Amino acid sequence: MLTMVLKRMMLAVPSLIGVVIVTFLLTRALPGDPAAYFAGPAADKVAVEQIRVKLGLDQPLIVQFGRYVQDLGKGDLGNSLTTGQPVLTEIKNRLPASAELTLLGLFVAMAIAIPLGILAATRPGSLIDHACRVIATAGVSLPVFFLGLILVYVFYYLLGWSPAPLGRLDVFYNPPASITGFYLIDSLLTGQWETFRAAISQLILPAMTLGIFALAPIARMTRASMLAVLSSDFVRTARASGLTPYTVTVTYAFRNAMLPVVTTLGMVFSFLLGANVLVEKVFAWPGIGSYAVEALIASDFAPVQGFVMTMAIMYVALNLLIDILYVLIDPRMRIEA
Amino acid sequence: MKRRDFLKSTAAVAGASVVSGPAILSSAKAQSRQETLLIVSESGPNNIDIHGVGTNVPGYEVSWNCYDRLISHEMKSVNGVPYYDRDKFKMELAEDMNVGPMSATFKLKKNAKFHDGTPVKAQDVKWSLDRAVSVGGFPTFQMGAGSLTKPEQFVVVDDNTVRVDFLRKDRLTIPDLAVIVPAIYNSGLVKKNATEKDPWGLEYTKINSAGSGAYKVSRWTAGTEVVMDRNDDWAGGPLPKVKRVIWRMVPSAGNRRALLERGDADISYDLPNKDFVELKDSGKLSIVSTPYSNGIQYLGMNVTKPPFDNIKVRQAVAYAVPYQKIMDAVLFGLSKPMFGAKPGTPTEVAWPQPHGFNTDIAKAKQLMAEAGYPNGFETTLSFDLGFAGVNEPLCVLVQESLNQIGIKVTINKIPGATWRTELNKKALPLYTNVFSGWLDYPEYFFIWCYHGKNSIFNTMSYQSKELDGYIDGAVTAAAEGDKTAYEKDVKSFVDLSFKDIPRIPLFQPYVNIAMQKNVTGYQYWFHRRLDYRAFEKG
Amino acid sequence: MSSIAPSAPHAPASSGLMATLRHARYIIGDNPVTGLAFGLFVIIVFLALFGPYIVPYDPLASNTAFALKPPSAAYWFGTDQLGRDVFSRVIVATRLDFIIAVSSVALVFVMGGLSGVAAGFFGGWTDRVVGRIADTIMAFPLFVLAMGIVAALGNTVENIVLATAVVNFPLYARVARAEANVRREAGFVQAARLCGNGEFRILLTQILPNIMPIMIVQMSLTMGYAILNAAGLSFIGLGVRPPTAEWGIMVAEGAAFMVSGEWWIAFFPGLALMVAVFCFNLLGDGLRDIVDPSRRT
Repeated sequence: MLTMVLKRMMLAVPSLIGVVIVTFLLTRALPGDPAAYFAGPAADKVAVEQIRVKLGLDQPLIVQFGRYVQDLGKGDLGNSLTTGQPVLTEIKNRLPASAELTLLGLFVAMAIAIPLGILAATRPGSLIDHACRVIATAGVSLPVFFLGLILVYVFYYLLGWSPAPLGRLDVFYNPPASITGFYLIDSLLTGQWETFRAAISQLILPAMTLGIFALAPIARMTRASMLAVLSSDFVRTARASGLTPYTVTVTYAFRNAMLPVVTTLGMVFSFLLGANVLVEKVFAWPGIGSYAVEALIASDFAPVQGFVMTMAIMYVALNLLIDILYVLIDPRMRIEA
Repeated sequence: MKRRDFLKSTAAVAGASVVSGPAILSSAKAQSRQETLLIVSESGPNNIDIHGVGTNVPGYEVSWNCYDRLISHEMKSVNGVPYYDRDKFKMELAEDMNVGPMSATFKLKKNAKFHDGTPVKAQDVKWSLDRAVSVGGFPTFQMGAGSLTKPEQFVVVDDNTVRVDFLRKDRLTIPDLAVIVPAIYNSGLVKKNATEKDPWGLEYTKINSAGSGAYKVSRWTAGTEVVMDRNDDWAGGPLPKVKRVIWRMVPSAGNRRALLERGDADISYDLPNKDFVELKDSGKLSIVSTPYSNGIQYLGMNVTKPPFDNIKVRQAVAYAVPYQKIMDAVLFGLSKPMFGAKPGTPTEVAWPQPHGFNTDIAKAKQLMAEAGYPNGFETTLSFDLGFAGVNEPLCVLVQESLNQIGIKVTINKIPGATWRTELNKKALPLYTNVFSGWLDYPEYFFIWCYHGKNSIFNTMSYQSKELDGYIDGAVTAAAEGDKTAYEKDVKSFVDLSFKDIPRIPLFQPYVNIAMQKNVTGYQYWFHRRLDYRAFEKG
Repeated sequence: MSSIAPSAPHAPASSGLMATLRHARYIIGDNPVTGLAFGLFVIIVFLALFGPYIVPYDPLASNTAFALKPPSAAYWFGTDQLGRDVFSRVIVATRLDFIIAVSSVALVFVMGGLSGVAAGFFGGWTDRVVGRIADTIMAFPLFVLAMGIVAALGNTVENIVLATAVVNFPLYARVARAEANVRREAGFVQAARLCGNGEFRILLTQILPNIMPIMIVQMSLTMGYAILNAAGLSFIGLGVRPPTAEWGIMVAEGAAFMVSGEWWIAFFPGLALMVAVFCFNLLGDGLRDIVDPSRRT
């Protein structure tokens, strides 16, 4: 098992190296000149050149790359120009915000998509089946930023049911003591009920936006997986033994159908974590996605590189985790090298 | 159904709603809400020290409120809005200012203390001013604008007295000591946190306030919020009413507006013009609009290259700009027109002032033909994406209008961070931009924007010996106090800039502030940011 | 998240045309949703071709006297900030969005499809190189990668197309690889080999036509994604140049007006966007049912 994990990790190394190189080149190709930015609005050419030397931007690209990799090896992701903070600290502070939102979004999606998929699979070709397909496809067809705007307009501005889309907590609450970085969990652990309620009411709209977007893959996978299982021999046996349709579907079929769904969930999670940049922008969510978008627009190298590296590592780790889970759940599966 | 009616009909639902946070705060929280000012804006500081490398404009606001200067400005009233008085100074850290012919002496307030309790001494003042003229970049440049360039100019007379020696006679020297840059730092504290690589302790002040100002930063999460608490020992003026200022960054303008309308936020100042107009009409909030002092949005042309090296082409463009359409559809009337002065209107000794061009397509076509471009030409029109709300519709209207005189325009969006770099290359043929000077003097504007020494704000690369002569003449006349010569030179350079028209002034933008009705005390400052010290919540 | 497992090898499609058509009719008859999607698709293509000739107003002409008017008999979808007719702009934008979708899908088909087929058919080094490239791209947060490409190369339609194609590369490469791989030693390939055809020729004449149906399904499914991607780029300011009408940028422009009650500026282009993506997605599903009934989900 351990050797298999190691082998898998070794396999991920080339992609990570590729990510480092491509990101480096891409950020250098961005328009904009950090030296001019640092030198301020009134600097003349000489001042800009001085700053350029100071930042090491006068060096050939390959030397700059060497320095970047060296810093990376030390765990130093550099400083952001626009916020002025070390990138590593910012990512550490912002990652829980994105993860909390994405997980809740995923939860929302599961809560709707799995029952929907099961319903569709039990009556293939029926009206419910078609409805399931249309709902899931409609969800994935909506531009997330548009959906987010509409939800804010309706639930905050028109109806007033939802608090201001102002990030993770209302202004007059203090964030709970940081234990996991997830406000929901931290506020529960420290027994701050009011904070918990405030945090969850901030989360509902963005999580719904993300959740609706993630409906389709989960619903489809559930449906397909359920269909396959429902037509298998052991279900037929169970049915023949006179078990109620409910018992057959939920206890027998659903359990066995979960495996591919779990895999899909992993994929969807990593996909959502990258896709929620737009949602974070609409909801002023202080996550890593909005951080990366702003940095990219501002030609701010370091945060973009830091964000991409973080996401790449998470992607690799997540895939590895799924593979391991797979083997643990179903020993017949073997990790393929 | 009208939106407002709809709002009314849903108001009951909103009031009864259980989820909404601030409406159901406990009484203790309501109390703190009363003494707290919640400000929302699009972006926040990247550095809370104005001496820092690349500090952005929101950073200036923190510096203004958390540090003191030796002197500041008195207030006057312009159209009912408290407005800083360019010519009257008030004492801040200084107790007394004595201006001689070639120096000024400042006596410090004896009870002035930094946030950590150390008294403010003359040595701190010298160290801070030395720092401003030595760190390089923007602060040093701004100090230079008032002929403050050398550490030798700042002399410690005794523990409580500082003398500033003048390099030359310059009427901008004293005003320059009242801008944001010459803030006074706790030199002992900053030196303790300085390193060999960073002798001025910029890394420390980047994230820590080390001043004696009315507020101190108690929490700052970059890109999210800044929380500032009142310094109860402030000696620079009367104790501010607001105990705590929370400044939240809300990127979406729609959300900022909604927050104001629902009473969640107290102040917002960067909303689209249209929102301000509608908020004003609704009467639920107080809206204050003040024109930018010494600032205009203009259409610039690169005069070093064809076709804009041809004065007739430039005049043709000036006749083709749809000024009124821009005022109506882009600005919703919330700006001061800078066009269409009636022929024969005498030029004023003031800046900005309207030019005589008006939209006249026939005349523009005729000028194009005279210039040798009867069939027009192709060019690109660039704008700063950071201000897309105004710039994009503006450029679309200009594009459409120029198309009528044969100029085919491609619109080029440039991201905010790149904008300055692109502008500094001085290669953009046609672009729109805003310039405004902190020091409100016509010659100050013209030195930077039109003078042949080609500063980076002379984005057109305009060169005219004649104009340079008028500008230099005005500067000398001002220093010598020769009013007649000064007025003649100012009128001459204004007239020439309109005749040669290398940049076409479009309008003077407004600073728009929307506040809850119970918030009072807004003051207009040359830096256009908020001064928390005068605010009050009723 | 479409499954990328290879389908069973098909016999060379020659006599099966009539059967496929019959099957198609059956599927559409059985599945009204696919029929609906097909109808929408026809409308979209019609508007893309003839939209500019049938709109009531010039989509670029401003009319500041009629700015920000709500939908009415004269302006069906209302007018925007500069008084341009939203209806005309939405219709005219169909062509550009359709072009972006089609060309990015065509580009990724050429890039990803061909290299995937080569990887699956030849194996070995080709396979490893293509696989590594696909892995590297997959490790990126895809939307941010697309943003980076457009930001670095400049915001033009060509670069938006390129960026969208690049982020879709792994998907195409993998599907094509898997499909080609199972056909590598299939009977008809062996037969072609015995007839003395070179490997490259077999790849082009035997393998490629055979996996076309699967690839077409893939293309239909990713067309919707391509439009969404372009719209997302526009939303954050990296889209096409103004004053060009494009759905994404129109939503972005209208977003600011949403809160002040002018909902129509963002709503109608958003609706058009949704309908188009919805149509491509359903159509892709429908096509998959026709091509490969066993994988219906």
